[in-house]
Amino acid sequence: MSREPVAVVGIGQTKHVAARHDVSIAGLVREAAQAALADAELGWADVDAVVIGKAPDFFEGVMMPELYLADALGAVGKPMLRVHTAGSVGGSTALVAANLIAARVHRTVLTLAFEKQSESNAMWGLSLPIPFQQPLLAGAGGFFAPHVRAYIRRSGAPDTVGSLVAYKDRRNALRNPYAHVRDPEITLEKVRSSPMLWDPIRYLETCPSSDGACALVLSDTAGARRAPRPPAWVRGGAMRSEPTMFAGKDYVSPRAGQDCAADVYRQAGIAEPRREIDVVEMYVPFSWYEPMWLENLGFAAEGEGWKLTESGVTELDGDLPVNPSGGVLSTNPIGASGMIRFAEAALQVRGQAGERQVDGARLALGHAYGGGSQFFSMWLVGSERPDA
Amino acid sequence: MTRDVAIVAFGQSEHRRDSSEFSEVEMLMPVLHAVLGQVGLTTDQIDFTCSGSSDYLAGRAFSFTMALDGVGAWPPIAESHVEMDGAWALYEAWVKILTGEAETALVYAYGKSSPGELRDVLTRQLDPYYVAPLWPDSVSLAALQAQSLIDAGLTDERRLAAIAARYGARTGADDYVVRPLRRRDCPPIHDGAAAVVLAAGDTARRLCPRPAWIRGMDHRIEAHSLGVRDLSDSPSTRQAAERAGAFDAPVDTAELHAPFSSQEVVLRRALRLGDSVAVNPSGGALVANPVMAAGLIRLGEAAARIHRGQSQRALAHATSGPCLQQNLVAVLEAS
Repeated sequence: MSREPVAVVGIGQTKHVAARHDVSIAGLVREAAQAALADAELGWADVDAVVIGKAPDFFEGVMMPELYLADALGAVGKPMLRVHTAGSVGGSTALVAANLIAARVHRTVLTLAFEKQSESNAMWGLSLPIPFQQPLLAGAGGFFAPHVRAYIRRSGAPDTVGSLVAYKDRRNALRNPYAHVRDPEITLEKVRSSPMLWDPIRYLETCPSSDGACALVLSDTAGARRAPRPPAWVRGGAMRSEPTMFAGKDYVSPRAGQDCAADVYRQAGIAEPRREIDVVEMYVPFSWYEPMWLENLGFAAEGEGWKLTESGVTELDGDLPVNPSGGVLSTNPIGASGMIRFAEAALQVRGQAGERQVDGARLALGHAYGGGSQFFSMWLVGSERPDA
Repeated sequence: MTRDVAIVAFGQSEHRRDSSEFSEVEMLMPVLHAVLGQVGLTTDQIDFTCSGSSDYLAGRAFSFTMALDGVGAWPPIAESHVEMDGAWALYEAWVKILTGEAETALVYAYGKSSPGELRDVLTRQLDPYYVAPLWPDSVSLAALQAQSLIDAGLTDERRLAAIAARYGARTGADDYVVRPLRRRDCPPIHDGAAAVVLAAGDTARRLCPRPAWIRGMDHRIEAHSLGVRDLSDSPSTRQAAERAGAFDAPVDTAELHAPFSSQEVVLRRALRLGDSVAVNPSGGALVANPVMAAGLIRLGEAAARIHRGQSQRALAHATSGPCLQQNLVAVLEAS
């Protein structure tokens, strides 16, 4: 039995900002969903099922909000699934939706991820109370900074690499009309002189807290044929998980991330990711994660990732552009951040990424991770159908 | 959908009112070991793992990440999680097997309601702008539904008492909690966990002498606002049952996720269950009610009846949300 090929035929996202005071949670998700349906030139009646994802319910203070969002997302009378796999959830949600089509359970699925972080304080939402966590950690930065420090020590990377990533992503964000943090006055010096938050991570090397939603319309081969714009085809997709902490865990380059990437490359027949993949949208909430993930995903040998960043390979006009959208550093509605990566990868291979388009992109990787560097979800999308 | 998938093992914890001496992992791990033991598999032989739980019950964000320790996710595993009852985790795993990417799947769910007041906690899943600020609790909403059934002439308190009696209602449980629901009409609140193993085709036949084949499964959601729904009916249950093929042939067993006696009335009508059907031979959610696992347990109990040769064709149902807002129906067969 073969899988039905899955195509991305519609993409929509909100303009991401610190606080969307003008809309309710329902209004926020509906905006992204309608944009995706408009892109696909489909209506609510064309959708067979809705798959929604977001990070912890405490961020908005609504338990299982999909129950309340059923009406806003046109899901009444349809199946509705709610995925939650921590920070990787935006990616996982898209993959769960894609499987509904691959298994031929449904033909057209609306998938959406969101976070309205202005409803609460995400940093404290992420800081678990005692006895679940030691009192030293405040927010995600407190958790990840030691692992960044371990990477620097292990690879011998110069201290300046993190600021290069931040400077690049913040310039890329100026080309993305949906990006939250857009500073036309950005300079490398400004990044380097910004306050130190969690040594070695400076203020301008961290992600913001955003309100935003992202939606995709996925369809089968017949749906792709009817689509008004070129589809992005899912060439491979995978999820991997490992425990939060255990003796022998490699926080710098977790095995779950390596295994997940290897599975995606196997499905897509990729032997040399660095040469064959044209653009990467990777989940980089703190600047240093770009070189770390370049190694983890097989784009560079261990200890060599920072050299790609330093030599400009990951710039928009480089050989392997990373985060032309400005990435998580510029836009971070946590639950949606993974789906935005998946969506931006799809936009690239559809040739519809506007000013942030990478010329001739045919294969793009979308990547997300979450928890204590333990949950990974990725997909590889291409301009060609997988069996074509 | 050409692939045969079956439930080949089912296990559950001893459900307790208060498990404050146990962590989620301690509650879950024996159950996971039990189901894997039933089919002689180890974690590394499972192709896909999927779980269902709620952070709001646990009172902490990412509560499922710690529960993963009970699985032993090393080397790394292909894994997913739904913030829903475990029945929907089973649905996700079933779809994964249908794609051909997995031959086996481990599905689990757990819930610890004891750290909070469940009636208060569940108000947080209502419309956050117009309804949740009023804190209407889950028993009061179920009572509204029960009253609408009585007003429609579909049941009365005497018949509700008969339903409760079938589940061995405690004596002296006839005081009202919220009219017209008495204590015997309302579920106990438990901490507990459950797990099942799914397998495809010949793998299922190898692992289990009488696999419970999933002949169809579907789930549907209704509008959230109670004001726009007819609470005496469950169109989403009927719709899911139709899609799952439940009406194509009679079933001999039905495991219904009806935490309130009155909800059994709604579900029996929606599913057109006659007197010849054994409804909730396990005791149902009126006897054991670990929230977030109680729906998965319905699928597990129905499958276990088939495993034991007590059923040829069984229906299993799970629900989520206030007054049966969202419903899942699966049809399981012995052959």
